[in-house]
Amino acid sequence: MYHALLFFHVLSAFFLAAGIVIYSSFALGGPVNRTTRLIAEILWGVGGLGTLVFGIWLALNRPEYEIYDGWIIAALVLWFLATGSGARASRGMRPVGDDSALAIDRRTAIAHWMRVFWFLALLVVMVWKPGA
Amino acid sequence: MSAIALIRPHDWTIPLLVHIFGAMLLVGALTLAAISLIAAWRTGSAKLTRLGFMSVFYGAIPGWIIMRGGAQWIAHKEGLENSDLSWIGIGFTMSDLGFVLLIVLLVIGGLIVRRINRDESGPWISARIATGLVSLLLIGYLVAVWAMTTKPT
Repeated sequence: MYHALLFFHVLSAFFLAAGIVIYSSFALGGPVNRTTRLIAEILWGVGGLGTLVFGIWLALNRPEYEIYDGWIIAALVLWFLATGSGARASRGMRPVGDDSALAIDRRTAIAHWMRVFWFLALLVVMVWKPGA
Repeated sequence: MSAIALIRPHDWTIPLLVHIFGAMLLVGALTLAAISLIAAWRTGSAKLTRLGFMSVFYGAIPGWIIMRGGAQWIAHKEGLENSDLSWIGIGFTMSDLGFVLLIVLLVIGGLIVRRINRDESGPWISARIATGLVSLLLIGYLVAVWAMTTKPT
């Protein structure tokens, strides 16, 4: 059970990372295609939900962890920050229909790079597990 | 495994973080390459074909180097460099075999991007072969993620 939960939790984190890489290509001036953007959005959504659900399940499943451990609470806060920034960034990145690069406004760009920052901070907390 | 893997020594944190960061960059860049090349297969878009190969060059190759360096570092820390554990074997095999395919992709990509820059129109058979290789690599690395997390013996 533990290994299955861990696999789906980590796989979800890889979905999040793939979504971030795709959105970063848009932010850096890469061409934006409707299909590519839709898949990025699905990866970000499924990855976000999966990391949260399987992460909480893992915390409840193992006696070594408690849901109120400091590093788990920190991870949850970072998850919400990344999700909030991601929602703002995704709204500002919509394809125009001809595979062109997007003219991204400053707020959208900041929201995207903040999402990257929160995600990396989340990764550090999950691997380091401070206090565990 | 159990408790040791759940709460590992803190001096393993940085090498493990480097390894996971590299793996995420690698898989993310390959996902972008696969989606772009599959979309280009359908539409014949030169922009998406170029994006597919650029993501291999700027994302997957650096990601592989970081992931592989981190793997060697953490294996050294854990004393697993010469281990015959299945999951270590799967990880190193996928990683090293994957690098050969990445180099093949780079060569194919370089040739196609040069043709795009000369305004030659597609579709190119080599781009379709590259799409298959990227998809194969992605599946292989997802198997490696499974092996790294479930640690089959």
